[in-house]
Amino acid sequence: MDYSQFLYMHEELSLLAVILILFIADLFMCPDKKSGKGVYNTCLPVVLLTVHTALNLLPCCSAESCEAFGGMYLYTPMMTVMKSVLNVGTLIVCLMAHKWLSREENLVKQGEFYMLVLFTLLGMYFMISSGHFLMFFIGLELASVPMTALVAFDKRRMESAEAGAKFILLALFSSALLLYGISLIYGATGTLYFDEIGALLDGSLLSIFGLVLFITGMGFKISLVPFHLWTADTYEGAPTVVTGFLSVISKGSAAFVLLTVLMKAFAQSDLFYSWNTGMYWIIVASITVANLFAIRQNNLKRFMAFSAISQAGYLVLAIMDGTAQGMTSLVFYLLVYMVSNLGAFAVMTSVEENSGKINISDYDGLYQSNPKLAFLMTLCLFSLAGIPPFAGFFSKFFVFMAAFNAGYPLLVFIALANTVISLYYYLLIVKAMYIKPNESPIATFKSDGYTRLALALSLLGVIVFGLGGVFYTYIEQFSYGL
Amino acid sequence: MESTILILLLPFFSFILLGVFGKWFSHKAAGLVGTAVLLAVAALSYATAYTYFFDTARTAEGVLPTLVPYNFEWLPFFVEGLSFDMGIMLDPISVMMLIVISTVSLMVHIYSFGYMHGERGFQRYYAFLSLFTMSMLGLVVATNIFQMYMFWELVGVSSYLLIGFYYTSPAAIAASKKAFIVTRFADMFFLIGILIYGYYCRSFGFEFNQAGFAQGAMMLPTALFLMFIGGAGKSAMFPLHIWLPDAMEGPTPVSALIHAATMVVAGVFQIARLFPLWIEYAPGALHVVAWVGAFTAFYAAAVACCQSDIKRVLAFSTISQIAFMMVSLGVCTEYTTGHEHVGSLGYMASMFHLFTHAMFKALLFLGAGCIIHAVHSNEMSAMGGLRKYMPITHITFLIACLAISGIPPFSGFFSKDEILTAAFAYMPAMGWIMTAIAAMTAFYMFRLYFGIFWGTENKELHAHHTPHEAPLTMTFPLMFLAVVTCVAGFIPFGHFVSADGVAYDIHLDWGVAGTSIVIAVASIFLATYMYIGERQPKADAMAEKFSKLHQWAYKRFYLDEVYQYITHRIIFAHVSKPIAWFDRHVVDGFFNFLAWGTNALSFQIRGFQSGSVQKYAYVFLLGTLALLAIMALA
Repeated sequence: MDYSQFLYMHEELSLLAVILILFIADLFMCPDKKSGKGVYNTCLPVVLLTVHTALNLLPCCSAESCEAFGGMYLYTPMMTVMKSVLNVGTLIVCLMAHKWLSREENLVKQGEFYMLVLFTLLGMYFMISSGHFLMFFIGLELASVPMTALVAFDKRRMESAEAGAKFILLALFSSALLLYGISLIYGATGTLYFDEIGALLDGSLLSIFGLVLFITGMGFKISLVPFHLWTADTYEGAPTVVTGFLSVISKGSAAFVLLTVLMKAFAQSDLFYSWNTGMYWIIVASITVANLFAIRQNNLKRFMAFSAISQAGYLVLAIMDGTAQGMTSLVFYLLVYMVSNLGAFAVMTSVEENSGKINISDYDGLYQSNPKLAFLMTLCLFSLAGIPPFAGFFSKFFVFMAAFNAGYPLLVFIALANTVISLYYYLLIVKAMYIKPNESPIATFKSDGYTRLALALSLLGVIVFGLGGVFYTYIEQFSYGL
Repeated sequence: MESTILILLLPFFSFILLGVFGKWFSHKAAGLVGTAVLLAVAALSYATAYTYFFDTARTAEGVLPTLVPYNFEWLPFFVEGLSFDMGIMLDPISVMMLIVISTVSLMVHIYSFGYMHGERGFQRYYAFLSLFTMSMLGLVVATNIFQMYMFWELVGVSSYLLIGFYYTSPAAIAASKKAFIVTRFADMFFLIGILIYGYYCRSFGFEFNQAGFAQGAMMLPTALFLMFIGGAGKSAMFPLHIWLPDAMEGPTPVSALIHAATMVVAGVFQIARLFPLWIEYAPGALHVVAWVGAFTAFYAAAVACCQSDIKRVLAFSTISQIAFMMVSLGVCTEYTTGHEHVGSLGYMASMFHLFTHAMFKALLFLGAGCIIHAVHSNEMSAMGGLRKYMPITHITFLIACLAISGIPPFSGFFSKDEILTAAFAYMPAMGWIMTAIAAMTAFYMFRLYFGIFWGTENKELHAHHTPHEAPLTMTFPLMFLAVVTCVAGFIPFGHFVSADGVAYDIHLDWGVAGTSIVIAVASIFLATYMYIGERQPKADAMAEKFSKLHQWAYKRFYLDEVYQYITHRIIFAHVSKPIAWFDRHVVDGFFNFLAWGTNALSFQIRGFQSGSVQKYAYVFLLGTLALLAIMALA
């Protein structure tokens, strides 16, 4: 065996190295019994993750497209872009987790948190780089099992445990359907390599059934309607930091993989037409239904769950037609959505950790007591709603442009109409923070340094990505289409 | 040339700094920051100009090259060849504008130190000044028409903010709204023009040699003329000039910067920027521009003769002078310089006049600011006999008046003479009309001058407040600009700016120059005769004799009233009201229905989110089957 093939996987290997270092460090860094203070600090994982991200972005590391291990593992420069996006997101999540992890009951579990998060990330890496359905499935499971543990991280809290249970049950359900789909595809073609499937698959009912089950499996991960019902309960029950992680990282990687696999394995013309039609209805349903539910929420996490479902609908809008433009706009959308959403979650975590409040009505008059946080939240919500000149406007613009050029003007119109509704409910929070009077708003508090850094990174993203074209053009050079 | 980006970034940062953190600055610190930044910008601009004009190699044909130190794609347009770019382009006119803007802006920054002393919102004032400077610089260095349009709007916004700076005064609010709405209305045509241009010519850029132009030639005159309407709005051409006199409600230094020297010449700059297109594809439309300019020049000069508010006189004089520049561009008939220069002389003349006018008109406004500062009034009746109290203001004001009247050796003489030569070359009638207007210019400027510095002293007003000379921060800019006005005429302008970029020498046409000097001197004598004395029996008798005409001119020929009538009685009553009804009942009704429907539906379907996992799995499965049905049947 040619061991130099491992070099192609340098990104996975370097992440694994980070995990191992943290694992060993965890052994020696237990909380001090007397003072009760954790010696294990957030600094180490953050620094390691930053180094890891920076290493992957070095130009010398980004090789040409290649395959390793007989085509099980694929590499294209676009994957580095995608993995780096996920890295940055994970970094922000780790930063904003600091305060929550320094709670007394979590101190001892601090190491576990990083292990679980990073293993999830590793699973996503494999999923993204897979060239074979089994590899893909292993990556998917590697990502979703630690995720369940994360959701149930506050295991003594009923809601968290309940959320974990719901998540694992439905994840198993969807995995089963997904595996069933994969087996049908294997039955139709006799292979599980994406490339070979793409060449062999015809438009028979069997292959369409396989395709449908594949889409449902991914739809569950991306939380698209009608596979989304777990989202609200899980998001509400999970610790807020984990919810942030779940809403961005897991969703983003799954959407990207959905696009690449559809492009590689299901490009045959009948199937192409078939999944375009399927996705069309899924997108319409996701955007609209999620908006209808979001209007009625009072719990901010539940609210963000429906907002995330709706955003997922916009995200997969870029998948239509499988063009290079679509891929670029998908990655750009994800990048922008990530900073905006994580920014909002960082504010929510900060408020929750300092006051224990998580309902929209608790945010009444936040501007009076914590003007900076309220302002940050407003910017993030504006970006999520797609108001220029914030990044969200451009990401939506590019996605709409991609779908429009792919020949779906009606779909773009429906999506546009829904942005109006989404604007309404995002502004509800802004209204609560700035306009609604409140005798006793959440008390003024100071965030810790890590949270501030997370907020600053998100804010920077929300503003800097508003320079649209530069980043778009940068991503564009790596994109490829059908 | 790489440092040019700083010219834009520095004022932007000072805007952010003073705009966001202004309240932590003392007045002095805020003013110092703004002025220091502008000093740096001016130094960079001068360095850029020096490098560009003297150290940059000309091409084989002797043309100054067009440099693009920065250009990046801001938004791709997904259509072949079209994108929104942002960048910096240096060519003779943009570099010339850099000098004009940074010089006048620097002077205004220094001047405002004294003029705005102790005003509430001092920091905000400097923040807006920085914003304006950044936008105006961005406008002139734009690499494409779209970037130009964006900065064009930013300039409009900062003008709006500065006119309405005294936001507690209803007149200032009304003026700022008027300025914004009128220019915005005109800008709509500019945008339509840009879109037509982009659609047919497949380009937003300023390189006019692509293949697309041949196929777009049909629509180019339309597009260019629509863009000109936008330019006419900003440059206050008749009949879109109505906002400029009212804009004088803003602080006087702002009038000097925005409404005399820089922003209002944006329309002229726009035509100069697209000049190759006008000449090549729309020469007829270009001459229409000339006649619009000629009429505006005459109209504004006539009104200026009868105004009593000194800033209004200057405002109408500005309109008239900008119209001179428009005329000068409009009378061009060819692009290449050739050896006779006559067909494209107007281009150079227009830019030359833009340059000299910016300096002496800024000087006039700043001088007017000193006077207003001293007597606390804009009305000429409050002035008179001020030459004893304010010697520096008096001398510099006189220099500017001589310059604008076209008396050698002051700068206005040289540039105006070139314009007249170009006008005579196009059509003798145009030449004589412009000469007559130049004579009116000399007359009303000296009427103003004598009214302020000579004549009867308003003893009653001066009894409890003796006018005094302004502090050095205010007189220094006056002296600086006066020196520039004295020497600017001797700049060999044709060496730097000409229609096709080839350097040539300016020749004074003594026939034209002699006539205009004689007429200007005669007008000045007339003004002296009528206005120098303690009382002005001749002038009063004239006003009495032609009382109707005087009244009409004083009321600016009732154009504002005509606008009021058209907007209120016709547009609001017969167009807007039905539309408003439609909007309120049909459009809003539809959206209210949508909102009601959304709300009702979301209430109905909330049962789906029951919290029971079995049911979730059930829906999941049903969804899968539905998807299968959709995809299998597709």
